[in-house]
Amino acid sequence: MSRSPGRKQENHKISRELFVLTYGALVAQLCKEYEKDEDVNACLDRMGYSIGIRLIDDFLARSAVRKCRSYSETADMIAQVAFKMYLGVTPSVSCNSVTGNEFSLILDKNPLVDFVEELPAERASLCYCNLLCGVIRGALEMVHLAAEVSFLQDRLKGDDVTEIGITFLRKPEDRRHRRNK
Amino acid sequence: MMRPQLLRKMSARKEELGVGRGRARRPLRHCRGGGAAGAGRPGHGAMAIFSVYVVNKAGGLIYQLDHYAPRSDTEKTFSFPLDLVLRPHDERVVVAFGQRDGIRVGHAVLAINGAEVNGRFTADGKDVLEFLGNPANYPVSIRFGRHRLSSNEKLMLASMFHSLFAIGSQLSPEVGSSGIEMLETDTFKLHCFQTLTGIKFMVLADPRQTGIDALLRKIYEIYSDFALKNPFYSLEMPIRCELFDQNLKLALEVAEKAGPFGPGS
Repeated sequence: MSRSPGRKQENHKISRELFVLTYGALVAQLCKEYEKDEDVNACLDRMGYSIGIRLIDDFLARSAVRKCRSYSETADMIAQVAFKMYLGVTPSVSCNSVTGNEFSLILDKNPLVDFVEELPAERASLCYCNLLCGVIRGALEMVHLAAEVSFLQDRLKGDDVTEIGITFLRKPEDRRHRRNK
Repeated sequence: MMRPQLLRKMSARKEELGVGRGRARRPLRHCRGGGAAGAGRPGHGAMAIFSVYVVNKAGGLIYQLDHYAPRSDTEKTFSFPLDLVLRPHDERVVVAFGQRDGIRVGHAVLAINGAEVNGRFTADGKDVLEFLGNPANYPVSIRFGRHRLSSNEKLMLASMFHSLFAIGSQLSPEVGSSGIEMLETDTFKLHCFQTLTGIKFMVLADPRQTGIDALLRKIYEIYSDFALKNPFYSLEMPIRCELFDQNLKLALEVAEKAGPFGPGS
């Protein structure tokens, strides 16, 4: 990642464990504060959203990618460039629907759950990595693509794979503000 | 080269909108040699980046920096009658005719006898044109120069450019046009870069300055680092982040040093 010349060359990386631990502490604290799983999930999603709306510009500035011309290009971009850049993993993409606006990202490795085996019994419907869903949703919204993002399958809940589903919503034709995206 | 102490002192004097001043202004009348080399820069000649504007999605100006303004103030002593034709224009008194000696048509009256005028009135509250019409006040020393834009005027101009940009994209015969990328005049070039998220970065630079595309991308990076990652900065609001200012000024200096023969860093 390039840094401006004014900064001293700080090449120390923050340890991955610290990041995973911080995320875990965040989820644990939310679980203490909210009784219902849905509330925790919603809170994680909101947090992810506020990260996503800022992260998108960082992504665009550093990767200098061109504008995506289709939903499938967008999904590929998220999986192959964005996930790689920020989490170091590359999920595989598959298209779920004939209409071409529903996609799945299948994650083999999810660094956020390095230290989590399974969810406790009383938190069966917790989406541990729901922050990621919020991030993707927020980022897409800033490039004028409304989408619903959620976990379709989760290894922590006993499924085989972890699958994030992205459904691009059709927005009403709005020709008044045709800004370059 | 900006010293850190000078940078800090300047940042402390920032105006409401986060308008910053890149370097101390020295009136050109003390400098020899023409044009923009007056502010003591080493070597290159008239190579400069004049200002940077950042416009949010709604067309509002969220950041503005005047890095370098070629100051062409001229102060002269006159005796009655004044051979320049002055007239009121907006809130100022401007030269309408009688261009000479560095005083050009369009220049505004900036100061009379050393005291800065307040729009159409002198520092004492007298009307400028009346004052200059009275032979008893002569000989008088008047300073003329190009009127500096106020924050409000900059806001308006940025919004207007935002609208023009939108019109430009729509006028394009091809679908998916990028919008206005450059506006060229004989004294400056305005480069504009709109991100996929709708933020516009505009740089006004000397026509011969190269490497502005790279500079615009660099400014985008600096924005995404020091403005967006600042948790206390709200999106779409005026940028008042110290680190953003500092890094932006550094990036401008680097780009200027590159000169006309190729991109820098």
